[in-house]
Amino acid sequence: MINVDLYGHLLLPKEEFFTQGHRACQGCAEALAVRIVCKALGRNSIVAMATGCMEIVSSPLPTTAWKIPWIHVAFENAAAVASGVEAGLKALMRKGRIPAKKIHIAGMAGDGGTADIGLQALSGAMERGHDMVFVCYDNEAYMNTGIQRSSATPFGASTTTSPAGRVKPGQETWKKNVPEIMAAHGIPYVATACSAYPLDLFNKVKKAAEVKGPAYIHCLSVCPTGWRIPSGEAIRYGRLAVETGAFPLYEVIDGKYYLTFDFPSLKPITEYFKGQGRFRHLTPEMVERIQKRINEEYEKLRAKCVNITR
Amino acid sequence: MTKPGEQFKWQELAVGFIVPEPGNAREYHTGDWRSMHPVWDEKKCIRCGRCWVFCPDMAVYQKPDSYFTMNPDYCKGCGICARECPSQAITMVEGK
Amino acid sequence: MTDTAKKKIGIEVSLAISEAVKQCNVDVVSAYPITPQTHIVEHLAELVAQGELDAEFIPVESEHSAMSVCAGASAAGARAFTSSASQGLALMAEIVYCVASMRLPIVMVVANRSLNSPLSIWNDHSDAMMVRDSGWIQIFVENGQEAYDHIFWCFRVGEDPEVLHPVMLNLDGFIVTHVVEPIEYWSDDMVKKFVPPFNPKIRLHPDQPLTMGAFGPPEIFTECKKAQDEALLATMPVIEKAWEEMEQVCGRRYSAVESYRSEDASILLLTMGSLGETARVAIDEMRENGEKVGLVSLRLWRPFPFEKFKNAVKQAEGLIVIDRALSYGGPGGPVASEIRSALYSEKKRPKITNFIVGLAGRDVQPDDFYQMVERSKKKFKEGTEDQYEIYGVRE
Repeated sequence: MINVDLYGHLLLPKEEFFTQGHRACQGCAEALAVRIVCKALGRNSIVAMATGCMEIVSSPLPTTAWKIPWIHVAFENAAAVASGVEAGLKALMRKGRIPAKKIHIAGMAGDGGTADIGLQALSGAMERGHDMVFVCYDNEAYMNTGIQRSSATPFGASTTTSPAGRVKPGQETWKKNVPEIMAAHGIPYVATACSAYPLDLFNKVKKAAEVKGPAYIHCLSVCPTGWRIPSGEAIRYGRLAVETGAFPLYEVIDGKYYLTFDFPSLKPITEYFKGQGRFRHLTPEMVERIQKRINEEYEKLRAKCVNITR
Repeated sequence: MTKPGEQFKWQELAVGFIVPEPGNAREYHTGDWRSMHPVWDEKKCIRCGRCWVFCPDMAVYQKPDSYFTMNPDYCKGCGICARECPSQAITMVEGK
Repeated sequence: MTDTAKKKIGIEVSLAISEAVKQCNVDVVSAYPITPQTHIVEHLAELVAQGELDAEFIPVESEHSAMSVCAGASAAGARAFTSSASQGLALMAEIVYCVASMRLPIVMVVANRSLNSPLSIWNDHSDAMMVRDSGWIQIFVENGQEAYDHIFWCFRVGEDPEVLHPVMLNLDGFIVTHVVEPIEYWSDDMVKKFVPPFNPKIRLHPDQPLTMGAFGPPEIFTECKKAQDEALLATMPVIEKAWEEMEQVCGRRYSAVESYRSEDASILLLTMGSLGETARVAIDEMRENGEKVGLVSLRLWRPFPFEKFKNAVKQAEGLIVIDRALSYGGPGGPVASEIRSALYSEKKRPKITNFIVGLAGRDVQPDDFYQMVERSKKKFKEGTEDQYEIYGVRE
């Protein structure tokens, strides 16, 4: 599969709103995702971020890697703080206290701050219909605190709180499908993306920001440190996640599903697992189980998509 | 130039501990972290810019002659650029 | 509402509070209902629905989000208000601490209610004591008029550029929130004179990209906390000035520590909140019987008014500290612990007894104060002051 945006990404705006000097690990695809997302949001945005990798690496007092307004309060309330910023600006503009202009409000959190501890605030914000984007940077564990499992950790992955040992085989539950939960809230725009496809991520965030009402982007962010892969491989594994169906890219626009890439066939999941230390312990039986489930889920997704010719 | 944190007196902190200067993280040169660095073979480089787009540290930039190179202040030596180059024009070399 | 100043209107105190919030033209109200605060947020929703208050009313999904929404709104430069109690306050406690360190001037009314377990919807101060160290400016009011007046005071003080602190107004749940009192309203002119518009320089806006809520490594954190402590202490002059200004506007004079018949008192009662009114009735009765008793009611809890407090009690021989919360296994109720600590290094200080009363709304009558005074007199005389006594417990 040739990545079609061989040159297209040069269309991305050059201006950086997330600067050099941040303390992310070498090869962090989540930092890359933040970089691309900020390019799509642009200068007229405000970010409310949850505690996590990106928050810590970008804001060690007295420095900041942010060139747009940014607020962090706590771990589970990124969506609530974003709601407050949105409501505050709305009231101020309506009452004529600040000039009315479009300001994109973005809540950002990791998979923990979205699917676990942050789910309540996110659900509330989406239900109340605030005009905001929420981006989940999913590196599939609580990476900032040392690679502990989250509900977004995939089945079989070994983390420090779901380690693979003699008796337990790593994570024993399937990845929580947060994009589906968001789609069930009936919000106008839901999309999955990955920083290995930067132009796609950029376009989806742009769409999300333009939509009136709440929008949700779930961005797979490969973590070399936590997934136990070499530091230069994050983009390659992001592509493999998509090409094997482990993380399909799609959009849900006003309830209609659109598959982003319709591959003629999925690559076998073993290609994705190979080389990832967190999957090193998988037995053939587990791999078969996972492959079966991936195939089923992918077919279910394809069946829902309106842009697939069958 | 922002003082390092350990030199701040309490009276010098901003109200609410805000950081008023956007992007001053640039004063911290993460280039000190690397143990390998990318080298471009400009004969092979097709100037597609993938190295620029995929760098998580914004440490690849386009020179006036339109070829790309690394910014030694920030490159952490992760090797993504070398991995993603479609014409294998980038090699990771030992040393800073 | 045009000019209804000096006219008294009988209204439930919760609703009067909402009317005051409306008169302050808040921008964002984030609300999660919890007994006994519900009437406050319900009335605010009503005012917004009827077009009387132009604000964003955000019905959040938990108190934690209520305070988080206020944080976001205040950071964006909007005037933000919320209200909670008990378990709700406990749930949002994490963010309560955050917004004080972040210096976001949110105003919150706490309808003091007991903390679980067992579940109780009735009044005591355990919820307020739980966030004592949060860094908010905290006051206690005794009745509806004080609650109404102090809403204006809270915004005036909290948003002052020299202050920029969140402010917590504590009032006893049910006992004050649900009574119907004749409230003397402020005219809109009076509000305008006393409460300036909120226009913070530091705010989230693309025109001035700044970072709020950065993380603090060990080498800078101590300085941050020192700065925060000094900032809270430095709010005192504005706090006092606001009360002076308020007297000019509405004619009522409040202060951090208020004394009642205490000049020649040998024994003083110390209360916070509505118990002060009951205590005054008891003191009047006791005075008629020749007892030299008086009352010190502590209105300002944080920043603690050390000097005014010491002046108020220095001439007494005995001080009876009334607590409406308990610190299990501790050296006394929270207020008594602070009082003893405040007086420790004074060369001349009164003897102290501490009674824990009125937990979860148990009624406290004037006669109970008489009993406490008698018991304390005995302890003072015999030198048997204990750390604390839970008054009226059946054993």
